Amino acid sequence: MTVTAIRRVRPVPRHEPYTLPPMSRRRVVITGLGPVTAHGIGIDPLWSALTEGRSALAPIRAFDASGFLAASGAELPADFDVKDLVPKSYRKATKVMARDIEIAVGGALAAVRDAGLATRGTDPDNPPTIRPDRVGCHIGAGLIAAELDELTGALASSRNAAGAFDPGHWGQQGMQELTPLWLLKYLPNMLACHVTIIHDCQGPSNTITCNEASSGLSLAESQRVIERGAADACLSGGADSKMNPMAYLRQELAGRFARCAPSDDATRIVKPFDANATGTLVGEGGGILVVEAEETAKARGARIHAVLAGTGASQSWCDDTVGLVPDATGESLADAIQAALRDAGVTAADIDAIIPFGSGVPSLDALEKNALERVFGASLASKPLVTLAPSIGTTCAGFGAIAVAVACRALTEQKLPARLNTSSAAGLDALAAPSSARELRHILIATPSLGGQNSAAVVSRHAEL
Amino acid sequence: MTTTKNNRRVVVTGMGWVTPLGHDVDTVWKRLLNSESGMGPTTRFDARTFPTNFSAEVRNYTIQPFVKDASVHATAGLNSQFALGAASQAWRQSGLEGFAGLNRKRIGLYLGAGEGVIDFDNYAASNLAGWNAEERKIDGVRWAEHAHRAMDRMREVEQEPNMPLAHLAREFGIRGPALNCLTACAASTQAIGEAFSLIQRGDTDVMLSGGTHTMIHVLGVTGFNRLTALSTSKGDPTKASRPFDATRDGFVMGEGSGMIVIESLEHALARGATPLAEVAGYGSSADAFRITDIHPEGRGGAASMHMALAQAGIDPNARRVDGRAAIDYISAHGTGTKENDSIETRGVKRVFGASAKDIPMSSIKSMMGHLIAAAGAVEFMTCVLAIRDGMLPPTINYGTPDPDLDLDYVPNKARSAKVDICLSNSFGFGGQNDTLVVKRYIA
Repeated sequence: MTVTAIRRVRPVPRHEPYTLPPMSRRRVVITGLGPVTAHGIGIDPLWSALTEGRSALAPIRAFDASGFLAASGAELPADFDVKDLVPKSYRKATKVMARDIEIAVGGALAAVRDAGLATRGTDPDNPPTIRPDRVGCHIGAGLIAAELDELTGALASSRNAAGAFDPGHWGQQGMQELTPLWLLKYLPNMLACHVTIIHDCQGPSNTITCNEASSGLSLAESQRVIERGAADACLSGGADSKMNPMAYLRQELAGRFARCAPSDDATRIVKPFDANATGTLVGEGGGILVVEAEETAKARGARIHAVLAGTGASQSWCDDTVGLVPDATGESLADAIQAALRDAGVTAADIDAIIPFGSGVPSLDALEKNALERVFGASLASKPLVTLAPSIGTTCAGFGAIAVAVACRALTEQKLPARLNTSSAAGLDALAAPSSARELRHILIATPSLGGQNSAAVVSRHAEL
Repeated sequence: MTTTKNNRRVVVTGMGWVTPLGHDVDTVWKRLLNSESGMGPTTRFDARTFPTNFSAEVRNYTIQPFVKDASVHATAGLNSQFALGAASQAWRQSGLEGFAGLNRKRIGLYLGAGEGVIDFDNYAASNLAGWNAEERKIDGVRWAEHAHRAMDRMREVEQEPNMPLAHLAREFGIRGPALNCLTACAASTQAIGEAFSLIQRGDTDVMLSGGTHTMIHVLGVTGFNRLTALSTSKGDPTKASRPFDATRDGFVMGEGSGMIVIESLEHALARGATPLAEVAGYGSSADAFRITDIHPEGRGGAASMHMALAQAGIDPNARRVDGRAAIDYISAHGTGTKENDSIETRGVKRVFGASAKDIPMSSIKSMMGHLIAAAGAVEFMTCVLAIRDGMLPPTINYGTPDPDLDLDYVPNKARSAKVDICLSNSFGFGGQNDTLVVKRYIA
């Protein structure tokens, strides 16, 4: 992309008529995968690590985390540099990107390339594959914490004699030390803002902020937007990084962390559904997928990874809904899963594998197990659970998009990733195991969240009928 | 399960708000029609030396009169507190509380709620305690030591922007799909639009929707002051918000919540509820232009208006049989920044062509300030009230016409009018644009 591509005001007709497409339900497929995880950018490095059973959990580099309950997590590779992932002319804008935004920008590029799309960002000299006003963007986000070195550097100049913060000085002078665009680094909708500018997505765009359910709910919204004809394709998913002392502390206070000293082997700590699980470690990451109407994908000869066959959502309700474990019975999460199955037109028996949130936080594992038992009954023991957290950490608002990307690759490879660490999980197919071939037609992805929103999706093998 | 897709009619059956002008629908509506301002000196923190030291704050508000058991919401942040008061009014008006046939799994939530207020004193203290002045960076260990002592678990959890959902779900027993979106100033318009589409798709029968937010805190005002988006007018704060006026110099921060109950028409009629208005269309677009600037032709705003009007089956350039323009009133985004108001005017002209000048368009932000994520819901509600009472709220502080801004902004005084169809616009920082079309319910 050139400078003029961003700066130029494109001539537009004075009155553009907007015609509503037919109301029949359109089938929605996934044509581009752009996960960004501690294993790297794109589905290939993630899939290799998952099938080889590698974990990226290690002592945190972003700050000295030895004063926290957990000193390790999964960070993006050290050579991740967002400047390599934007058009040259857009490099200046990377100065106002929080890490979460960088992840979304990297994921979008990977997804657009994987989908074989030309956009203003990837091919500015040619017309885009899909009309910009027919491309939507739904990117879920977490609560983004301000970069502490920058903010504190400014705060430190506004101290009174006792060393405490002095609002009088700050209002008059101190705040001037912050860059004028400071706020825009941390607004959750800036993930979508940058992605829509880079790739020229002018269709409906939303920023769903429902904690760990954010990217699953964003994919569902893209599905609805495409179904109702408001767009033909969407860049969809979510991104989150807790690699900031404030954001990291919030995870600890929410009761998520396993104890993990700097000297402990972090790759062994997270044991989803294990009787001896002690908590989780967080991973930064997320993913953007290209979600597209089947008919337009076929018309442009796109490679279809899988069908986004159905989605479901629900809200937990119990006495503790505003607390740390919304609805331990799992009933509400089960409602979301049932809704996704109905939406996809399949039954529990059709599901061949499940990607649960699988954090290794005992209360959340129990909630998930309860929900899955409600849906699958005795058959649950034979449904393989694909657990990602031991390899990439708990990826918070980025989870759903990463999980759906993994499901897509599993469906095309007809193969399950390896599982790590879990050594006892009664009634569940969740024990550590190497990667294995498996017939996979439908994969369920489900997650609860702090705050009680539940999200579920069924991703199905794209059968050429 | 109801499986009707896409063409279900959706009506509003309850509304409530908590705003700088009061905490019930009719009092606030009267004050808006009276051209009253909710602005005053900022009291939520010591803002005396800030470039902007005034705002429109919610005053004398507690959740006690609105909730069954306030202790359940003891940890609620201001955003959730505002949401509870507004939602409780909407819920009561809708009559859902006493409805025996209520299926709580067919009721959803879609909010455009902002994040909770940061625990600034402890946050700043921890940052300063962890500051390594020589290396100009935070010492993680010292920071953690201070923060572990100072910070409160639930105070941190409550900052997550999805916590208002949890409080409303807890209060009203809602168990259907629940989402929160945070598209800056467009959030609650988008939330209502997406709630509408969930009902149309058949995923739910009823949605509690709207927004809630406050950014009247040290870092919120700092952020907007650094962006030079806020008015820095000296003198009387009630004169500071001047949308569409040539001397406008930025928006004034407000806070509060607007909540509505919308449901499928068949669900409303089956339980004997009174439709207050019908949601007729929703449009959404992205500017995809620049991080801070709006497309100068108002391309994104025009696209969302076109989409909403198309869904409502309205040709913006046609006139109705009685000669009226296609719609009767536009609730403007109208922030009072130089850029927004001129580009919004351009966008409206682009959509409505020659009839744009015949469509009154006002900004209640002149009176209650900018409720940020909650603004769109409150503005949508004023459209419903305009239809109910045949009254248009004014844009106050309009004194000096801007030569390029030549629409009918309903200057300074409310006006009676025949109002059947309204359009409400919200445009977010970051380029997300949303439009709702709402019309008189006719059986």
